[in-house]
Amino acid sequence: MSRIEAGLYQLGRLDRLAAQDTSVHRLDPRAKVVTTLVFLGCVVSFGKYQVLPLLPFMIFPIVLATDGRVPLGYLARKLLYVAPFALVIGMFNPVLDRAALAEIDGIAISGGWVSFISILLRFALTTSAALVLIGTTSFNGVCMALERLGAPDVFATQLLLLYRYIFVLGEEAASMTRARAVRSFGGRGMGLHVYASMLGHLLFRTYDRANRVYRSMLSRGFDGQIRIARPLRLGGRDVIFTLAWSTIFVLFRVFNVPLLLGQAVTKVIA
Amino acid sequence: MSHHRVEVTDLAFSYPDGPPALDGVSFLVTHGESVALVGANGAGKSTLLMHLNGVLTPTSGVVRIGDVPVTKKTLPDIRKTVGMIFQDADDQLFMPTVYEDVAFGPMNLGLPPQDVETRVRAALEQVGALELRDRPPYRLSGGEKRAVAIATVLSMNPSMLVMDEPSSNLDPRARRRLIELLRSFEHTKIIATHDLDLALDLCERTIVMNAGRIIADGPTLQIFKDEGLLLAGGLEQPMSMQRCPSCGGMR
Repeated sequence: MSRIEAGLYQLGRLDRLAAQDTSVHRLDPRAKVVTTLVFLGCVVSFGKYQVLPLLPFMIFPIVLATDGRVPLGYLARKLLYVAPFALVIGMFNPVLDRAALAEIDGIAISGGWVSFISILLRFALTTSAALVLIGTTSFNGVCMALERLGAPDVFATQLLLLYRYIFVLGEEAASMTRARAVRSFGGRGMGLHVYASMLGHLLFRTYDRANRVYRSMLSRGFDGQIRIARPLRLGGRDVIFTLAWSTIFVLFRVFNVPLLLGQAVTKVIA
Repeated sequence: MSHHRVEVTDLAFSYPDGPPALDGVSFLVTHGESVALVGANGAGKSTLLMHLNGVLTPTSGVVRIGDVPVTKKTLPDIRKTVGMIFQDADDQLFMPTVYEDVAFGPMNLGLPPQDVETRVRAALEQVGALELRDRPPYRLSGGEKRAVAIATVLSMNPSMLVMDEPSSNLDPRARRRLIELLRSFEHTKIIATHDLDLALDLCERTIVMNAGRIIADGPTLQIFKDEGLLLAGGLEQPMSMQRCPSCGGMR
């Protein structure tokens, strides 16, 4: 299997997870989207040297993944895939920012290392929350929710079509790659200019495809707005879900829970 | 007034970068007729079909559906009347699930939700694909995709079906099922195809195109018997009309 096909298969896996039927899946997509947005807002708004107060936020993706039967191992693997991005963003912090921030047993911890860890932690939290959201709501569910929540039509339509045609485009790319591989010998034919011409072909094919899709949409009365048939109903459960989690996030944001816990424990011991 | 009538008069069309794709095409298809449109690659079949519901606008000439000429103003009505099924089902199925795709047309017609539901059910039942309703289109087989693509058009209750290569890329059984399905429709049908056996099975009348012109228009059997004509159109006789390769006799 080529890497492209493997990638498509992975995307398909997320789709199959989203097709399960659990209490989390049954929640209204809007409830999950809003809750996740509050979560992201709280996590991202911490200062750059804060690590400890981020830790309690881990319960959200973990609880949701467990209840929604999204395997934690799968999440962890996905995180590793994207981790290089976060690593690149943070990797110079320890080098550039050497001011000691704390000292543990005589070893000075520089601000750079703390902010590096903070970046990694935030990356893990936000990415896993997004993955769990899609894995329990489906990509299309998220698009639908965004549209109902007032995101511009064009935005929702773009996302819907993007997700639909990523599979078609992926298959075309995979078959081109295969066609190149069977006629390339000993690395000859695999060079950059062949690659460039393949990309060009793909671009033109995409353009043609887009034209044909648009024609078929016009043929069925498309007028610029995609109307989605599935009705959404916001029930009491959804409201409670959103309010309860959001309250927890705000509390985590305002109070440094691990610190308070630590102080409480020390007080009891003393 | 019947919607089920297509009249094409002196139609001409050129793509911006090429010679005329259609060059003075005229014909009349009446209520309930099934017409096969055959010809070599590049003969202008698909271009002609795209004029029938106004996806392309002619350089000169007129297309009338019923008594209504195809113009910008009449497009919404024309597209309700003429159901167009495209060659590549992936172009036709662009929504996240089969259900939403079949509902796309009726929703755009502004029908109330219950009516949309009824129409979607009926259309999917008619093509035998009701159990696929919650599946995403990219997970369907070629035959299933074709069936659903037809349902997306049926749900709009068209009077006329226009199809581009409906049997391409289908395995023999899926192809047979498609032929039976199309036979069960009472719509006026115009089918562009290279599958002359399908034409022989479904269409009593055939139009042969070559280089943007109509070179023959008549009863299917009569046209397919004329080997010289077929050759001129870049075609050959359907398998079922050729002599048996092992004994030399007719089937």
